[in-house]
Amino acid sequence: MENENKQVKIKVEDLNLVFGSRRDEALKLTEQGMSKAEVLDKTGCTVAVNNANYSIYEGEVFVVMGLSGSGKSTMLRCFNRLINPTSGHIYIDENDIMVLDEKSLREMRRNKMTMVFQNFGLLPHRTVSSNVAFGMEIMGRDENERLEKAYKTIKQVGLQGYEEMMTGELSGGMQQRVGLARALATDPEVLLMDEAFSALDPLIRTQMQEELLELQKKVQKTIVFITHDLDEALKLGDRIAIMKDGVIVQIGTPEDILMEPANDYVKAFVENVDRSTIVTAGSVMFRNPPHVDIERHGPNFTLRLMRETGKDVLPVLDKNDHFLGFVVDNDVAEAKKKNKRSVEDVVIKDVPMVADTTPVADILPFYLEYSLPVAVVDDEKNLIGLVSHSAVIAEMIGKEEEEVIQIKEGGTHE
Amino acid sequence: MIDIKLGEYVEQAIDWLSVNAAGFFNGITVGIDGIVDSLEYILMLPHPFLMMVIIAIIAYLIMGKGKGYFSKAGLKAGGGMALFVIIGLFVLYGMGFWEETMQTFALVIASALLAIVIGIPVGIYASRSDSLDSVIRPILDFMQTMPPFVYLIPAILFFSVGNVPGVVATVVFSLPPAVRLTNLGIRGVQKDVVEASRSFGCTDRQLLYKVQIPLAMPTILAGVNQVIMLALSMVVIASMVGAGGLGQSVYKGILKADMALGFEAGLGIVVVAIILDRLSQAAGKSRK
Repeated sequence: MENENKQVKIKVEDLNLVFGSRRDEALKLTEQGMSKAEVLDKTGCTVAVNNANYSIYEGEVFVVMGLSGSGKSTMLRCFNRLINPTSGHIYIDENDIMVLDEKSLREMRRNKMTMVFQNFGLLPHRTVSSNVAFGMEIMGRDENERLEKAYKTIKQVGLQGYEEMMTGELSGGMQQRVGLARALATDPEVLLMDEAFSALDPLIRTQMQEELLELQKKVQKTIVFITHDLDEALKLGDRIAIMKDGVIVQIGTPEDILMEPANDYVKAFVENVDRSTIVTAGSVMFRNPPHVDIERHGPNFTLRLMRETGKDVLPVLDKNDHFLGFVVDNDVAEAKKKNKRSVEDVVIKDVPMVADTTPVADILPFYLEYSLPVAVVDDEKNLIGLVSHSAVIAEMIGKEEEEVIQIKEGGTHE
Repeated sequence: MIDIKLGEYVEQAIDWLSVNAAGFFNGITVGIDGIVDSLEYILMLPHPFLMMVIIAIIAYLIMGKGKGYFSKAGLKAGGGMALFVIIGLFVLYGMGFWEETMQTFALVIASALLAIVIGIPVGIYASRSDSLDSVIRPILDFMQTMPPFVYLIPAILFFSVGNVPGVVATVVFSLPPAVRLTNLGIRGVQKDVVEASRSFGCTDRQLLYKVQIPLAMPTILAGVNQVIMLALSMVVIASMVGAGGLGQSVYKGILKADMALGFEAGLGIVVVAIILDRLSQAAGKSRK
């Protein structure tokens, strides 16, 4: 499909993880399709991961999202075998890591795959640089070499100047940068991030997410990122896997997840977190806007209408009230100067149109490269209303539209 | 009639050991005697005044560590202790207890060293194995709650009289905190730090030396302080089997009902206790 030209980096095959003494029995029951709760009831075993099958591609950010207890962090620990799965296989570059002996497992942890932890897991008795160099120290690299690399990596995560401080003296966000630098310092191919930003306060968190994306553009690692936050998943993930009770419910791009939730669970998740997907164009649009009739109204009338209504953009309709496009004040004035009788030549026609049932989330992308309002039309292409930037922003942040306009204007004047 | 002769069995076992393992115990006797004698020799080597200054300087260095030795804070932290060392030891010297004081230092240091050398590794093993921990725990309880006088009896049988049975009884009595607090310290190292270190490919040995022991160090050193204090509390008891030092003077004071002797020697023990306690505590704190 869409991924056919991508290289598979990690392949998870029939992965199961059961905690408890009657594992075999529990495993059989899950194979028969019993739920986590039923298995727990029958055998006293907890099914943490239930028959996971998926591939992660080279260089992508693969996000596993689920509520606490969904088994996501446990599954991540199977990748470097901090926890050993009960059955199944994980292939990294087609090598099955389940068959590795202790020594090869250590080699893999040292060279291929490092991890960033929710609570940082830094060594509090050591400096920042010594923490970052820890992976290389374990490998037995020479001290100068590892410090040089550590300083370089520290610079990469923006902690320059803090190299010789103790980690305990740093704020949470900075400590996690150290955690990230430590994981990057050994040049691993795969980065496992276990709720890496969950312990940080929201502002720092957003900042770290952006920086991770920036960094990822440069380093191009394969990242497996665990989170319980859908917004974070949508922001970071190239693809997202949603996990519930040890089962992977859906895997897809952020868009797939938002647009076509696989089941009610995902749907509830998506709706709860992101209101822009429930709110439709119809509910935020400005109904029956003043418009220009292409047959009857020329530049003079249009300019006059603009002055009257205080708009600098007006929709243009044909005689059957079908929506044609927009005219902008400067263009109309230009047409007037040239003594044109009609505004036909200055209508901007190639504009997006949406139905009144379209969710706001789907309108948002238009605004990335487009500054006009979005037209809401019915099946016959009759104009029903317009959705402005401010209306959408107001909806997203929960403020009144007037406030948004004020903020926007305040911002541009400064 | 029920007649459990547990004591008799223990006695028989001890007798059997003292006959059949005589060579082993002789070896230990020679070893411990060697340690105590050489420590004593070193401590008695410099002139008492020089020794006072040396101990005062050591106290100053340990107490003022990390605060800057010549700064005001360093002087405040280390100066008081150095002064106490000089005055305390001078008074003891003046009362004619110099030799006994040094003997006590030697006995306590030798016993504590042995207890630490045995206790810390055992504690490390106990921290890595729950089953070993559950075996060791009641043994430690036994060692700590059995009245220390009782240890003197087999100690005499095995090691005759003198410093050695005293040291052995002291080691047995003061060993538990070294094991317990090492075990506790290592188990108390944050799980996520250990997990993170493993995820970077640490071997068990690397994990122990680079992560667990350094992080457990404050707790381990608290154990060391406890060991030293318990060892010191044994000096009078140990003198009953012939161990020398201030303990013996106290013991003589008791036997002769000599208040003056008892008080002076007792005061000496207090001075030694304060010096050893403050210094071993400060050594633990300055690690943080």
